[in-house]
Amino acid sequence: MSGFFTAIVEAVSAFLGIIDPLCGPIGIFNLFAGNTLLACGAAGWGDEIAFGFLVTASLAIATLPVGLVMGFFIALAKQSEEKSLRLSANIYTTLFRGLPELLTLFIIYYGLQIVVQNFATAIGYEGTIEINAFFAGMIALGMVFSAYCSEVLLSAFKAIPRGQYEAGYALGLHKGRTMQLIVLPQLIRVALPGLGNLWMALLKDTALVSVVGLPDILRQTSVAARVTKEAFEFYAIACVLFLILAFLSSLVFSSIEGWAKRSEAAR
Amino acid sequence: MSFVTTLIAPQAPPPAPPKPVTAGRLFGNAFLGIWLALAVGIFMMIVGGWDPEKFAKYGPNYLSGLGVTMLLVVLSVVLGALLSLPLAFARMSKNPVLSWIAYAYVYFFRGTPLLTQLFLIYYGLGSFSAELKAWGLWWFFRDAWNCALLTFTLNTAAYQAEILRGAIESVPRGQHEGADALGLPKKIAFFKVILPQALIVALRPYGNEIILMIKGSAIVAIVTVLDLMGQTRLAFSRTFDYQAYLWAALMYLLIVELLRNIWAWLEARLTRHLKR
Repeated sequence: MSGFFTAIVEAVSAFLGIIDPLCGPIGIFNLFAGNTLLACGAAGWGDEIAFGFLVTASLAIATLPVGLVMGFFIALAKQSEEKSLRLSANIYTTLFRGLPELLTLFIIYYGLQIVVQNFATAIGYEGTIEINAFFAGMIALGMVFSAYCSEVLLSAFKAIPRGQYEAGYALGLHKGRTMQLIVLPQLIRVALPGLGNLWMALLKDTALVSVVGLPDILRQTSVAARVTKEAFEFYAIACVLFLILAFLSSLVFSSIEGWAKRSEAAR
Repeated sequence: MSFVTTLIAPQAPPPAPPKPVTAGRLFGNAFLGIWLALAVGIFMMIVGGWDPEKFAKYGPNYLSGLGVTMLLVVLSVVLGALLSLPLAFARMSKNPVLSWIAYAYVYFFRGTPLLTQLFLIYYGLGSFSAELKAWGLWWFFRDAWNCALLTFTLNTAAYQAEILRGAIESVPRGQHEGADALGLPKKIAFFKVILPQALIVALRPYGNEIILMIKGSAIVAIVTVLDLMGQTRLAFSRTFDYQAYLWAALMYLLIVELLRNIWAWLEARLTRHLKR
Protein backbone atom coordinates (compact mmCIF):
# COMPACT_ATOMS: atom_id res chain seq x y z
CA MET A 1 0.00 0.00 0.00
CA SER A 2 2.72 2.42 1.01
CA GLY A 3 4.79 1.66 -2.09
CA PHE A 4 1.82 2.37 -4.29
CA PHE A 5 1.32 5.86 -2.93
CA THR A 6 4.98 6.76 -3.00
CA ALA A 7 5.01 5.61 -6.63
CA ILE A 8 2.12 7.97 -7.40
CA VAL A 9 3.80 10.83 -5.59
CA GLU A 10 7.05 10.17 -7.44
CA ALA A 11 5.37 10.03 -10.83
CA VAL A 12 3.52 13.29 -10.23
CA SER A 13 6.61 15.03 -8.88
CA ALA A 14 8.67 13.92 -11.87
CA PHE A 15 6.12 15.48 -14.18
CA LEU A 16 5.82 18.66 -12.18
CA GLY A 17 9.59 19.00 -11.79
CA ILE A 18 9.77 20.59 -15.21
CA ILE A 19 7.16 23.27 -14.56
CA ASP A 20 7.78 23.49 -10.82
CA PRO A 21 6.85 27.04 -9.80
CA LEU A 22 8.99 26.93 -6.66
CA CYS A 23 12.17 25.00 -7.44
CA GLY A 24 12.11 24.39 -11.18
CA PRO A 25 14.41 26.07 -13.70
CA ILE A 26 12.27 29.20 -13.47
CA GLY A 27 11.13 28.67 -9.87
CA ILE A 28 10.69 31.47 -7.37
CA PHE A 29 13.18 29.99 -4.90
CA ASN A 30 15.78 29.56 -7.64
CA LEU A 31 15.40 33.08 -9.02
CA PHE A 32 15.09 35.16 -5.87
CA ALA A 33 16.50 33.07 -3.06
CA GLY A 34 19.49 31.38 -4.64
CA ASN A 35 21.95 32.07 -1.83
CA THR A 36 19.67 32.04 1.20
CA LEU A 37 18.24 29.30 3.39
CA LEU A 38 15.57 28.81 0.75
CA ALA A 39 17.97 27.73 -1.98
CA CYS A 40 17.09 24.55 -3.80
CA GLY A 41 19.30 21.50 -3.52
CA ALA A 42 21.64 20.58 -0.70
CA ALA A 43 22.42 24.17 0.26
CA GLY A 44 18.97 25.19 1.42
CA TRP A 45 15.45 24.13 2.27
CA GLY A 46 13.78 25.24 -0.95
CA ASP A 47 13.37 21.82 -2.50
CA GLU A 48 12.12 20.23 0.73
CA ILE A 49 9.49 22.94 1.11
CA ALA A 50 8.55 22.66 -2.56
CA PHE A 51 8.00 18.93 -2.02
CA GLY A 52 5.82 19.73 1.00
CA PHE A 53 3.79 22.12 -1.13
CA LEU A 54 3.24 19.35 -3.63
CA VAL A 55 2.22 16.86 -0.92
CA THR A 56 -0.29 19.28 0.59
CA ALA A 57 -1.82 20.07 -2.79
CA SER A 58 -1.99 16.42 -3.83
CA LEU A 59 -3.50 15.34 -0.50
CA ALA A 60 -6.27 17.91 -0.87
CA ILE A 61 -6.84 17.04 -4.52
CA ALA A 62 -6.87 13.30 -3.79
CA THR A 63 -9.34 13.79 -0.92
CA LEU A 64 -11.78 15.90 -2.90
CA PRO A 65 -13.30 13.21 -5.19
CA VAL A 66 -13.57 10.75 -2.29
CA GLY A 67 -15.40 13.28 -0.16
CA LEU A 68 -17.59 14.54 -2.99
CA VAL A 69 -18.80 11.10 -4.04
CA MET A 70 -19.39 9.96 -0.46
CA GLY A 71 -21.12 13.22 0.34
CA PHE A 72 -23.38 12.89 -2.69
CA PHE A 73 -24.55 9.43 -1.70
CA ILE A 74 -25.01 10.47 1.93
CA ALA A 75 -27.13 13.40 0.77
CA LEU A 76 -29.21 10.98 -1.31
CA ALA A 77 -29.54 8.70 1.71
CA LYS A 78 -30.68 11.60 3.86
CA GLN A 79 -33.63 12.37 1.62
CA SER A 80 -34.52 8.75 0.99
CA GLU A 81 -37.94 7.43 1.96
CA GLU A 82 -36.29 4.61 3.84
CA LYS A 83 -36.11 5.36 7.53
CA SER A 84 -33.09 3.18 8.31
CA LEU A 85 -31.09 4.80 5.51
CA ARG A 86 -31.91 8.28 6.78
CA LEU A 87 -31.03 7.32 10.33
CA SER A 88 -27.66 5.81 9.44
CA ALA A 89 -26.75 8.81 7.28
CA ASN A 90 -27.66 11.17 10.12
CA ILE A 91 -25.53 9.20 12.57
CA TYR A 92 -22.63 9.55 10.16
CA THR A 93 -22.90 13.31 9.83
CA THR A 94 -23.47 13.84 13.55
CA LEU A 95 -20.34 11.84 14.29
CA PHE A 96 -17.98 13.43 11.83
CA ARG A 97 -19.24 16.97 12.21
CA GLY A 98 -19.05 16.72 15.98
CA LEU A 99 -15.56 15.28 16.34
CA PRO A 100 -12.47 17.49 16.08
CA GLU A 101 -10.65 16.80 12.82
CA LEU A 102 -7.45 16.05 14.71
CA LEU A 103 -9.21 13.44 16.84
CA THR A 104 -10.81 11.87 13.75
CA LEU A 105 -7.39 11.66 12.19
CA PHE A 106 -5.90 9.98 15.25
CA ILE A 107 -8.81 7.56 15.57
CA ILE A 108 -8.52 6.58 11.91
CA TYR A 109 -4.73 6.46 11.93
CA TYR A 110 -4.31 4.35 15.06
CA GLY A 111 -7.59 2.47 14.67
CA LEU A 112 -6.77 1.45 11.11
CA GLN A 113 -3.38 0.32 12.30
CA ILE A 114 -4.93 -1.90 14.97
CA VAL A 115 -7.51 -3.32 12.60
CA VAL A 116 -5.03 -4.06 9.81
CA GLN A 117 -2.52 -5.48 12.28
CA ASN A 118 -5.10 -7.81 13.81
CA PHE A 119 -6.21 -8.88 10.36
CA ALA A 120 -2.64 -9.54 9.27
CA THR A 121 -1.96 -11.56 12.41
CA ALA A 122 -5.15 -13.52 11.83
CA ILE A 123 -4.05 -14.56 8.35
CA GLY A 124 -0.62 -15.46 9.65
CA TYR A 125 1.54 -12.48 8.78
CA GLU A 126 4.24 -11.79 11.35
CA GLY A 127 5.71 -8.32 11.68
CA THR A 128 4.40 -4.83 12.11
CA ILE A 129 2.39 -2.96 9.55
CA GLU A 130 2.49 0.80 9.34
CA ILE A 131 -0.38 2.68 7.78
CA ASN A 132 0.64 5.31 5.27
CA ALA A 133 0.01 8.79 6.68
CA PHE A 134 -1.17 10.02 3.29
CA PHE A 135 -3.74 7.24 3.09
CA ALA A 136 -4.97 7.72 6.66
CA GLY A 137 -5.18 11.47 6.11
CA MET A 138 -7.10 10.95 2.90
CA ILE A 139 -9.65 8.74 4.62
CA ALA A 140 -10.04 10.92 7.71
CA LEU A 141 -10.30 14.19 5.81
CA GLY A 142 -12.53 12.55 3.21
CA MET A 143 -14.94 11.44 5.94
CA VAL A 144 -15.07 14.90 7.50
CA PHE A 145 -15.45 16.50 4.07
CA SER A 146 -18.22 14.13 3.06
CA ALA A 147 -20.17 14.81 6.24
CA TYR A 148 -20.16 18.56 5.57
CA CYS A 149 -20.59 18.04 1.84
CA SER A 150 -23.76 16.03 2.37
CA GLU A 151 -25.30 18.95 4.26
CA VAL A 152 -24.42 21.39 1.47
CA LEU A 153 -25.77 19.05 -1.20
CA LEU A 154 -28.90 18.34 0.83
CA SER A 155 -29.80 22.00 1.00
CA ALA A 156 -29.00 22.31 -2.71
CA PHE A 157 -31.34 19.39 -3.43
CA LYS A 158 -34.07 21.19 -1.53
CA ALA A 159 -33.61 24.22 -3.77
CA ILE A 160 -34.54 22.18 -6.85
CA PRO A 161 -38.30 22.13 -7.36
CA ARG A 162 -40.18 18.86 -7.55
CA GLY A 163 -41.36 19.81 -11.05
CA GLN A 164 -37.87 19.33 -12.44
CA TYR A 165 -37.97 15.64 -11.55
CA GLU A 166 -41.52 15.35 -12.87
CA ALA A 167 -40.50 16.96 -16.13
CA GLY A 168 -37.73 14.39 -16.46
CA TYR A 169 -40.14 11.50 -15.85
CA ALA A 170 -42.64 13.05 -18.27
CA LEU A 171 -39.94 12.99 -20.93
CA GLY A 172 -39.56 9.29 -20.28
CA LEU A 173 -36.15 9.48 -18.59
CA HIS A 174 -35.57 6.99 -15.84
CA LYS A 175 -34.31 7.98 -12.40
CA GLY A 176 -30.60 7.88 -13.11
CA ARG A 177 -30.88 9.84 -16.35
CA THR A 178 -33.11 12.45 -14.72
CA MET A 179 -30.52 12.88 -12.00
CA GLN A 180 -27.69 13.09 -14.49
CA LEU A 181 -29.23 15.31 -17.14
CA ILE A 182 -31.64 17.52 -15.25
CA VAL A 183 -30.94 17.63 -11.52
CA LEU A 184 -27.13 17.44 -11.30
CA PRO A 185 -26.35 20.45 -13.53
CA GLN A 186 -28.65 22.62 -11.45
CA LEU A 187 -27.37 21.07 -8.22
CA ILE A 188 -23.77 22.00 -9.05
CA ARG A 189 -24.77 25.58 -9.70
CA VAL A 190 -26.59 25.89 -6.38
CA ALA A 191 -24.00 24.01 -4.32
CA LEU A 192 -20.84 25.58 -5.72
CA PRO A 193 -20.39 28.42 -3.18
CA GLY A 194 -20.86 25.99 -0.30
CA LEU A 195 -18.49 23.48 -1.86
CA GLY A 196 -15.94 26.25 -2.36
CA ASN A 197 -15.99 26.97 1.37
CA LEU A 198 -15.60 23.27 2.12
CA TRP A 199 -12.63 23.04 -0.23
CA MET A 200 -10.94 25.92 1.62
CA ALA A 201 -11.58 24.16 4.93
CA LEU A 202 -10.17 20.94 3.48
CA LEU A 203 -7.06 22.75 2.30
CA LYS A 204 -6.49 24.08 5.79
CA ASP A 205 -7.24 20.76 7.45
CA THR A 206 -4.48 19.07 5.48
CA ALA A 207 -2.04 20.83 7.81
CA LEU A 208 -3.23 18.50 10.59
CA VAL A 209 -1.89 15.44 8.79
CA SER A 210 1.62 16.77 9.40
CA VAL A 211 1.08 15.69 13.02
CA VAL A 212 1.08 12.01 12.05
CA GLY A 213 4.22 12.48 9.99
CA LEU A 214 3.14 13.35 6.45
CA PRO A 215 5.86 15.58 4.92
CA ASP A 216 3.52 18.41 3.93
CA ILE A 217 4.21 22.17 3.96
CA LEU A 218 3.93 22.49 7.72
CA ARG A 219 6.01 19.42 8.50
CA GLN A 220 8.81 20.44 6.14
CA THR A 221 8.91 24.01 7.38
CA SER A 222 8.86 22.75 10.99
CA VAL A 223 11.88 20.59 10.33
CA ALA A 224 13.64 23.50 8.65
CA ALA A 225 12.71 25.78 11.55
CA ARG A 226 14.04 23.32 14.11
CA VAL A 227 17.33 22.82 12.30
CA THR A 228 18.05 26.42 11.35
CA LYS A 229 16.49 28.10 14.45
CA GLU A 230 14.84 30.59 12.08
CA ALA A 231 11.35 29.59 13.17
CA PHE A 232 9.54 32.81 12.33
CA GLU A 233 10.77 32.99 8.75
CA PHE A 234 9.92 29.41 7.95
CA TYR A 235 6.47 29.45 9.53
CA ALA A 236 5.78 32.72 7.72
CA ILE A 237 6.72 30.95 4.49
CA ALA A 238 4.30 28.15 5.38
CA CYS A 239 1.54 30.75 5.87
CA VAL A 240 2.36 32.40 2.54
CA LEU A 241 2.29 29.05 0.74
CA PHE A 242 -1.13 28.26 2.21
CA LEU A 243 -2.32 31.73 1.18
CA ILE A 244 -1.07 31.05 -2.35
CA LEU A 245 -3.02 27.79 -2.41
CA ALA A 246 -6.13 29.57 -1.14
CA PHE A 247 -5.72 32.31 -3.74
CA LEU A 248 -5.20 29.84 -6.58
CA SER A 249 -8.25 27.84 -5.59
CA SER A 250 -10.39 30.96 -5.35
CA LEU A 251 -9.35 31.74 -8.94
CA VAL A 252 -10.24 28.23 -10.05
CA PHE A 253 -13.55 28.34 -8.22
CA SER A 254 -14.60 31.65 -9.73
CA SER A 255 -13.88 30.29 -13.19
CA ILE A 256 -15.89 27.12 -12.43
CA GLU A 257 -18.71 29.29 -11.17
CA GLY A 258 -18.63 31.26 -14.40
CA TRP A 259 -18.69 28.01 -16.34
CA ALA A 260 -21.63 26.66 -14.32
CA LYS A 261 -23.60 29.84 -14.87
CA ARG A 262 -22.88 30.03 -18.60
CA SER A 263 -26.45 29.08 -19.45
CA GLU A 264 -28.00 31.76 -17.28
CA ALA A 265 -29.03 34.82 -19.19
CA ALA A 266 -27.31 38.00 -18.12
CA ARG A 267 -29.78 39.98 -16.09
CA MET B 1 -89.35 -10.91 -4.63
CA SER B 2 -86.25 -11.64 -2.75
CA PHE B 3 -84.48 -9.74 -0.11
CA VAL B 4 -81.48 -10.14 2.07
CA THR B 5 -82.22 -12.17 5.10
CA THR B 6 -78.75 -12.65 6.48
CA LEU B 7 -75.83 -10.32 6.62
CA ILE B 8 -72.55 -11.42 5.15
CA ALA B 9 -70.33 -12.51 7.99
CA PRO B 10 -67.47 -10.08 8.64
CA GLN B 11 -64.43 -10.99 6.62
CA ALA B 12 -60.80 -10.66 7.60
CA PRO B 13 -59.07 -7.90 5.68
CA PRO B 14 -56.87 -9.03 2.85
CA PRO B 15 -53.27 -9.57 3.91
CA ALA B 16 -51.01 -6.54 3.53
CA PRO B 17 -48.90 -6.77 0.41
CA PRO B 18 -45.35 -7.77 1.28
CA LYS B 19 -42.96 -4.81 1.56
CA PRO B 20 -40.78 -4.83 -1.53
CA VAL B 21 -37.10 -5.32 -0.83
CA THR B 22 -35.69 -2.18 -2.41
CA ALA B 23 -32.02 -1.32 -2.73
CA GLY B 24 -32.56 1.57 -0.32
CA ARG B 25 -33.97 -0.70 2.34
CA LEU B 26 -31.20 -3.20 1.89
CA PHE B 27 -28.48 -0.58 2.16
CA GLY B 28 -30.23 1.19 5.03
CA ASN B 29 -30.41 -1.99 7.06
CA ALA B 30 -26.84 -2.88 6.17
CA PHE B 31 -25.49 0.51 7.28
CA LEU B 32 -27.60 0.49 10.40
CA GLY B 33 -26.18 -2.96 11.10
CA ILE B 34 -22.66 -1.62 10.68
CA TRP B 35 -23.31 1.22 13.11
CA LEU B 36 -24.86 -1.20 15.58
CA ALA B 37 -21.88 -3.56 15.24
CA LEU B 38 -19.50 -0.64 15.77
CA ALA B 39 -21.41 0.56 18.82
CA VAL B 40 -21.48 -2.94 20.30
CA GLY B 41 -17.81 -3.41 19.45
CA ILE B 42 -16.80 -0.17 21.15
CA PHE B 43 -18.96 -1.02 24.15
CA MET B 44 -17.38 -4.46 24.41
CA MET B 45 -13.95 -2.90 24.04
CA ILE B 46 -14.65 -0.52 26.91
CA VAL B 47 -16.15 -3.25 29.09
CA GLY B 48 -13.43 -5.73 28.20
CA GLY B 49 -10.59 -3.30 28.78
CA TRP B 50 -12.13 -1.75 31.87
CA ASP B 51 -9.45 -0.91 34.34
CA PRO B 52 -10.52 0.94 37.52
CA GLU B 53 -6.92 1.87 38.21
CA LYS B 54 -6.55 3.62 34.86
CA PHE B 55 -9.94 5.22 35.25
CA ALA B 56 -9.05 6.61 38.66
CA LYS B 57 -5.71 7.81 37.35
CA TYR B 58 -6.75 9.43 34.08
CA GLY B 59 -10.43 10.28 34.68
CA PRO B 60 -9.71 13.45 36.69
CA ASN B 61 -7.10 14.43 34.07
CA TYR B 62 -9.77 14.24 31.38
CA LEU B 63 -12.07 16.47 33.40
CA SER B 64 -9.33 19.04 33.98
CA GLY B 65 -8.52 18.87 30.26
CA LEU B 66 -12.16 19.53 29.48
CA GLY B 67 -12.01 22.54 31.78
CA VAL B 68 -8.94 23.87 29.96
CA THR B 69 -10.63 23.40 26.59
CA MET B 70 -13.79 25.18 27.70
CA LEU B 71 -11.86 28.05 29.30
CA LEU B 72 -9.78 28.50 26.15
CA VAL B 73 -12.82 28.52 23.89
CA VAL B 74 -14.92 30.83 26.07
CA LEU B 75 -12.10 33.33 26.62
CA SER B 76 -11.03 33.43 23.00
CA VAL B 77 -14.58 33.73 21.67
CA VAL B 78 -15.39 36.60 24.05
CA LEU B 79 -12.10 38.42 23.42
CA GLY B 80 -12.45 37.76 19.71
CA ALA B 81 -15.94 39.24 19.74
CA LEU B 82 -14.56 42.42 21.30
CA LEU B 83 -11.78 42.59 18.73
CA SER B 84 -14.12 41.81 15.84
CA LEU B 85 -16.20 44.99 16.36
CA PRO B 86 -13.51 47.49 15.30
CA LEU B 87 -12.39 45.04 12.60
CA ALA B 88 -15.84 44.80 11.08
CA PHE B 89 -16.17 48.59 11.10
CA ALA B 90 -12.74 48.99 9.55
CA ARG B 91 -13.75 46.50 6.88
CA MET B 92 -16.91 48.50 6.12
CA SER B 93 -15.30 51.93 6.36
CA LYS B 94 -14.99 54.18 3.33
CA ASN B 95 -11.33 54.84 4.08
CA PRO B 96 -9.51 52.58 1.59
CA VAL B 97 -6.40 52.15 3.77
CA LEU B 98 -8.43 51.09 6.80
CA SER B 99 -10.65 48.70 4.88
CA TRP B 100 -7.68 47.23 3.02
CA ILE B 101 -5.82 46.56 6.28
CA ALA B 102 -8.86 44.88 7.75
CA TYR B 103 -9.33 42.86 4.58
CA ALA B 104 -5.70 41.70 4.64
CA TYR B 105 -6.04 40.70 8.31
CA VAL B 106 -9.19 38.72 7.64
CA TYR B 107 -7.75 37.12 4.51
CA PHE B 108 -4.62 36.04 6.34
CA PHE B 109 -6.40 34.49 9.30
CA ARG B 110 -9.08 32.82 7.21
CA GLY B 111 -6.72 31.64 4.50
CA THR B 112 -4.11 29.85 6.59
CA PRO B 113 -4.53 26.85 8.89
CA LEU B 114 -4.99 27.55 12.57
CA LEU B 115 -2.13 25.16 13.28
CA THR B 116 0.27 27.22 11.17
CA GLN B 117 -0.81 30.40 12.92
CA LEU B 118 -0.26 28.74 16.28
CA PHE B 119 3.23 27.60 15.27
CA LEU B 120 4.00 31.06 13.90
CA ILE B 121 3.12 32.68 17.21
CA TYR B 122 4.43 30.05 19.63
CA TYR B 123 7.62 28.88 17.91
CA GLY B 124 8.06 31.81 15.51
CA LEU B 125 7.91 34.55 18.12
CA GLY B 126 9.99 32.34 20.37
CA SER B 127 12.96 33.00 18.10
CA PHE B 128 12.71 36.69 19.02
CA SER B 129 13.05 35.95 22.72
CA ALA B 130 15.85 38.51 23.18
CA GLU B 131 13.74 41.37 21.81
CA LEU B 132 10.67 40.18 23.69
CA LYS B 133 12.68 40.05 26.92
CA ALA B 134 13.86 43.59 26.27
CA TRP B 135 10.25 44.75 25.89
CA GLY B 136 9.16 42.82 28.95
CA LEU B 137 6.74 40.62 27.01
CA TRP B 138 8.61 37.37 27.32
CA TRP B 139 6.58 36.09 30.28
CA PHE B 140 3.52 36.14 28.02
CA PHE B 141 4.95 34.41 24.95
CA ARG B 142 6.91 31.87 26.97
CA ASP B 143 3.73 30.09 27.97
CA ALA B 144 2.05 27.85 25.39
CA TRP B 145 -1.36 28.54 26.94
CA ASN B 146 -1.00 32.30 26.41
CA CYS B 147 0.12 31.82 22.83
CA ALA B 148 -2.80 29.51 22.15
CA LEU B 149 -5.21 32.04 23.63
CA LEU B 150 -3.71 34.85 21.54
CA THR B 151 -3.80 32.81 18.33
CA PHE B 152 -7.36 31.68 18.87
CA THR B 153 -8.51 35.19 19.73
CA LEU B 154 -6.92 36.67 16.62
CA ASN B 155 -8.27 33.85 14.47
CA THR B 156 -11.83 33.94 15.73
CA ALA B 157 -11.82 37.75 15.56
CA ALA B 158 -11.26 37.49 11.80
CA TYR B 159 -14.12 35.04 11.36
CA GLN B 160 -16.45 36.95 13.68
CA ALA B 161 -15.68 40.21 11.91
CA GLU B 162 -16.85 38.65 8.66
CA ILE B 163 -19.98 37.27 10.32
CA LEU B 164 -20.75 40.66 11.86
CA ARG B 165 -20.09 42.53 8.63
CA GLY B 166 -22.32 40.20 6.64
CA ALA B 167 -25.07 40.52 9.21
CA ILE B 168 -24.91 44.31 9.43
CA GLU B 169 -24.92 44.61 5.65
CA SER B 170 -27.91 42.29 5.46
CA VAL B 171 -30.08 44.82 7.32
CA PRO B 172 -32.12 46.60 4.63
CA ARG B 173 -31.41 50.23 3.77
CA GLY B 174 -34.91 51.19 4.75
CA GLN B 175 -34.10 50.48 8.38
CA HIS B 176 -31.31 53.09 8.30
CA GLU B 177 -33.62 55.53 6.56
CA GLY B 178 -36.40 54.84 9.02
CA ALA B 179 -34.10 55.55 11.95
CA ASP B 180 -32.91 58.75 10.25
CA ALA B 181 -36.49 59.82 9.62
CA LEU B 182 -37.25 59.38 13.32
CA GLY B 183 -34.35 61.72 14.05
CA LEU B 184 -32.35 59.12 15.98
CA PRO B 185 -28.67 59.90 16.40
CA LYS B 186 -26.33 57.55 14.49
CA LYS B 187 -25.13 55.75 17.60
CA ILE B 188 -28.57 55.05 19.01
CA ALA B 189 -29.83 54.03 15.57
CA PHE B 190 -27.02 51.51 15.35
CA PHE B 191 -27.46 49.99 18.80
CA LYS B 192 -31.26 50.05 18.95
CA VAL B 193 -32.26 49.47 15.32
CA ILE B 194 -29.50 47.94 13.24
CA LEU B 195 -27.57 45.73 15.66
CA PRO B 196 -30.55 43.79 17.10
CA GLN B 197 -31.67 42.82 13.61
CA ALA B 198 -28.13 42.02 12.53
CA LEU B 199 -27.49 39.82 15.55
CA ILE B 200 -30.50 37.66 14.73
CA VAL B 201 -29.04 37.03 11.28
CA ALA B 202 -25.64 36.39 12.85
CA LEU B 203 -26.95 33.96 15.46
CA ARG B 204 -26.53 30.78 13.44
CA PRO B 205 -23.04 31.61 12.06
CA TYR B 206 -21.94 32.52 15.59
CA GLY B 207 -23.06 29.12 16.82
CA ASN B 208 -21.14 27.44 14.00
CA GLU B 209 -18.09 29.50 14.84
CA ILE B 210 -18.18 28.46 18.49
CA ILE B 211 -18.48 24.81 17.48
CA LEU B 212 -15.58 25.25 15.07
CA MET B 213 -13.54 26.77 17.89
CA ILE B 214 -14.30 23.86 20.21
CA LYS B 215 -13.20 21.42 17.52
CA GLY B 216 -10.24 23.56 16.49
CA SER B 217 -9.05 23.88 20.08
CA ALA B 218 -7.89 20.27 19.94
CA ILE B 219 -4.75 21.37 18.10
CA VAL B 220 -3.33 23.17 21.14
CA ALA B 221 -2.37 19.70 22.33
CA ILE B 222 0.40 19.79 19.73
CA VAL B 223 2.08 22.75 21.46
CA THR B 224 1.97 21.00 24.84
CA VAL B 225 -1.15 22.62 26.32
CA LEU B 226 -2.93 19.95 28.35
CA ASP B 227 -6.47 20.43 27.13
CA LEU B 228 -8.84 17.50 26.57
CA MET B 229 -6.90 16.38 23.52
CA GLY B 230 -3.57 16.90 25.30
CA GLN B 231 -4.64 14.76 28.24
CA THR B 232 -5.86 12.15 25.78
CA ARG B 233 -2.54 12.04 23.98
CA LEU B 234 -0.74 11.84 27.31
CA ALA B 235 -2.94 8.96 28.46
CA PHE B 236 -2.48 7.16 25.13
CA SER B 237 1.28 7.55 25.18
CA ARG B 238 1.42 6.12 28.72
CA THR B 239 -1.01 3.24 28.31
CA PHE B 240 -1.16 2.53 24.56
CA ASP B 241 -4.84 1.93 25.18
CA TYR B 242 -6.99 2.85 22.19
CA GLN B 243 -9.87 3.61 24.54
CA ALA B 244 -8.18 6.87 25.45
CA TYR B 245 -9.26 8.31 22.11
CA LEU B 246 -12.75 6.87 22.34
CA TRP B 247 -13.40 8.60 25.65
CA ALA B 248 -12.18 11.89 24.23
CA ALA B 249 -14.38 11.40 21.16
CA LEU B 250 -17.36 10.80 23.42
CA MET B 251 -16.69 13.96 25.41
CA TYR B 252 -16.18 16.16 22.36
CA LEU B 253 -19.31 14.75 20.78
CA LEU B 254 -21.30 15.43 23.94
CA ILE B 255 -20.18 19.07 24.18
CA VAL B 256 -20.78 19.78 20.51
CA GLU B 257 -24.20 18.16 20.47
CA LEU B 258 -25.18 19.90 23.69
CA LEU B 259 -24.13 23.26 22.31
CA ARG B 260 -25.86 22.59 19.00
CA ASN B 261 -29.14 21.79 20.73
CA ILE B 262 -28.89 24.76 23.08
CA TRP B 263 -28.23 26.98 20.08
CA ALA B 264 -31.17 25.56 18.12
CA TRP B 265 -33.43 26.23 21.10
CA LEU B 266 -32.02 29.74 21.50
CA GLU B 267 -32.56 30.47 17.84
CA ALA B 268 -36.12 29.20 17.90
CA ARG B 269 -36.76 31.28 21.00
CA LEU B 270 -35.23 34.50 19.69
CA THR B 271 -36.84 34.34 16.26
CA ARG B 272 -40.32 33.38 17.40
CA HIS B 273 -41.66 36.78 16.32
CA LEU B 274 -40.54 36.04 12.75
CA LYS B 275 -42.50 32.78 12.54
CA ARG B 276 -45.46 32.85 10.21
